[in-house]
Amino acid sequence: MSLAARALEEAGIATLVIGSALDIVEYCGAPRFLFTDFPLGNPCGRPYDDDSRRIIMDAALTVLTEATEPAQTVKTPLVWSADEHWKDAFLRVGPDNIDALRAAGDQRRAEQAALKQPGQASSAG
Amino acid sequence: MSASTTVGYMERTREYYAAYGYEVPYKWAHFDSVPFSPLKKPLSECRVTVVTTAMPDPSYTKKSRRLANLDPLALPTSLYTDELSWDHEATHTDDVQSFLPSEQLERRIEQGQLGSLSRQFHCIPTTYSHRQTIERDAPAIVAACIEDAVDVALLIPL
Repeated sequence: MSLAARALEEAGIATLVIGSALDIVEYCGAPRFLFTDFPLGNPCGRPYDDDSRRIIMDAALTVLTEATEPAQTVKTPLVWSADEHWKDAFLRVGPDNIDALRAAGDQRRAEQAALKQPGQASSAG
Repeated sequence: MSASTTVGYMERTREYYAAYGYEVPYKWAHFDSVPFSPLKKPLSECRVTVVTTAMPDPSYTKKSRRLANLDPLALPTSLYTDELSWDHEATHTDDVQSFLPSEQLERRIEQGQLGSLSRQFHCIPTTYSHRQTIERDAPAIVAACIEDAVDVALLIPL
């Protein structure tokens, strides 16, 4: 998404990335970035929660108005929940699931290899 | 993890897919310089579009990734997000407004804070290939935005 933002800016269109993956957006380099520390999926507010939507849109309009230089990140004050378990749980790898992950990966690679066999791929030939 | 610590998604993703058995880690795009275009007019006069990574319906799968458009004035009540890397355990994407804020934008236009909405919003497929985004998807969105006289684009990845 940051790649599209860069293209739009180069065409003279001001952009704002609104998201929750701070490290990824900053690594790519977005012209303007509004960050909310929520689980991935709801960068514009908690589901069905008008207050958080309003706070995020207020912040978005402020960033657009006030930003004067590129690669500026502004963080909203919103907190998803007092319990931060979700931060540890996302894409977690541990002793209890590493074998299952490896098995799932092996199965997927086998399926992909089968598709590449002669006569299997629809675009073959 | 403390309340002030954000999730390191890049490291987490690398570790997860390494456990999955993928030997070559994904390389995120990285640039030393960042383009910046200042607003050319007050926000109250700006025409705004939204670019989302959600897709209109399940026909837009990973295997048939392509750009799509949405009518801002007739958004569907749900969008296809199943194949995106959002947090399926902590939350859900049943509420479109939680990732595509058309109601907030319409409200701000009514209040005079924004000028107008573009004729269409844009759905951009997430893809492993930076090249597809740079050479195919981004130029198409830029062209559509120029034709639609868009001043501001909100890019909202899930």
